[in-house]
Amino acid sequence: MKGYIKGFLKYRFLLQELVKKGIKLKYRRSYLGIIWSFIEPLLTTIVLTIVFSTILEKNIQAFPVYILTGRLLYSFFNQATNAAMKSIRANQSMIKKVYVPKYLYPLASCMYNYVIFLISLIVLVGVSGIYISMGKIHLTSYAFLAIIPVINLFILAYGVGLILATISVFFRDMEYMWSVFVMIIMYASAIFYDANRMLQASDAWKGYLLKLNPLFCIIHNFRNCIYYGKMMSVHMLMYSFGFSIVCLIVGLVLFKKKQDKFILYI
Amino acid sequence: MARKDVALDVSHVSMRFNLSSEKVDNLKEYIVKSMKKEIHRDEFWALKDVSFTLRPGDRLGILGLNGAGKSTLLKVIAGVFKPTKGKVIKKGIMAPMLELGAGFDPQYTGEENIYLYGSVLGLSKDFLKSKYDEIVEFSELGNFIHVPLKNYSSGMKARLGFSIVTQVKPDILILDEVLAVGDAKFRAKSEAKIMEMFDQGVTVLFVSHSLAQVQRLCNKAILLEHGQIISAGEIDEVSKIYESKTGF
Repeated sequence: MKGYIKGFLKYRFLLQELVKKGIKLKYRRSYLGIIWSFIEPLLTTIVLTIVFSTILEKNIQAFPVYILTGRLLYSFFNQATNAAMKSIRANQSMIKKVYVPKYLYPLASCMYNYVIFLISLIVLVGVSGIYISMGKIHLTSYAFLAIIPVINLFILAYGVGLILATISVFFRDMEYMWSVFVMIIMYASAIFYDANRMLQASDAWKGYLLKLNPLFCIIHNFRNCIYYGKMMSVHMLMYSFGFSIVCLIVGLVLFKKKQDKFILYI
Repeated sequence: MARKDVALDVSHVSMRFNLSSEKVDNLKEYIVKSMKKEIHRDEFWALKDVSFTLRPGDRLGILGLNGAGKSTLLKVIAGVFKPTKGKVIKKGIMAPMLELGAGFDPQYTGEENIYLYGSVLGLSKDFLKSKYDEIVEFSELGNFIHVPLKNYSSGMKARLGFSIVTQVKPDILILDEVLAVGDAKFRAKSEAKIMEMFDQGVTVLFVSHSLAQVQRLCNKAILLEHGQIISAGEIDEVSKIYESKTGF
């Protein structure tokens, strides 16, 4: 344990550099640069709002805020897990030649996406500000608790990212399988339909479908704080936190056990 | 085990590779092939029971023909490979010059790469800042330092890499054919820089195909053949055996 802390301190500057590199290279050579990290969710939200408010008869109150609270969290999860999964292969030239603690690569991938995610939350602040001033949603002091699901989200993404990174070194098929799987997760996260209709549906399995998805639990609790302005669901919080911690432990153990073999497969 | 006068202790290191005739990295192939029992696991021992100890200030030349396991040994010592058997105990900071610029990113400019590669080597940001001018000057890149690395020639990359890596003040220095960097002028300069590091009493591991260079730089040597040490000791004795092997 002492060795790990010492190693982490020694390489914290490398971690910082890797995070910086991820952010810089993502927007390099685009004119708008980092501004894209909030234009992009804003534009997709506008599209989703137009599409779904014309298709679905029953409107959800302050629909853009509802979409943003789901979409921003989901797209972080999607981007971070994908980047972490590919991080070992993306950094193979480094891994083959110098010794660096390998867990830094998936960690840096999650962290730079997290920074971009935090920046993109500015959009949410802006859009919900408009709806608050129109009186369509009410800001309560529960908004401060929103930090809890946001932290939970990072732990989940890093845990899942570690597991995926380990598997994908040995089986590259994982990348394709995961791209399908995150799509399933998206539809099971109630991003652009009303979650409460599912949760209160007469067929109980519909509710369970959502509740079993830890990402939905995180999104739902985030919405409770920001959008509904009420207390988080403790059950969902316990489930999503527990799930994330288990993923993190499984990920760390699996990664540690297999990391010495990575070099023989990349 | 941890005696004070030992800088590097390599004990009974063996390294095994599985040579599968084809690389299987997807599930379908793996299932199909394991059902057909087509996955051959040809074992290949790149290193077999290699042991040696170095005291601080020793300069060890590693000799051997192509494929003898020289680079594998250096990678095991550098920590890139984990040995299948045995272990390596090292003291102090190690600077591996295995391949210069391994941590470079082609989209980054030279300047950004100094910080990136420096951090890969475990240097701090403040230290790199203070050494920045020196690095740029030594690399002779001038204004190219602000150009993305993908537009560099291989000589320019190697020069930049060498300039950064020599900023590490190592206790153990690993050199794998790196003194063949750049043009004749830069080569002379880099050899002078290496000699300067030698004078500070670093422990050196040196691989080169030029026996004359090894004889000039090292005081000890080991000779590897098919992953085994067949001779170890003072440089003169070992180089005699090496010469008789190569037939020159």
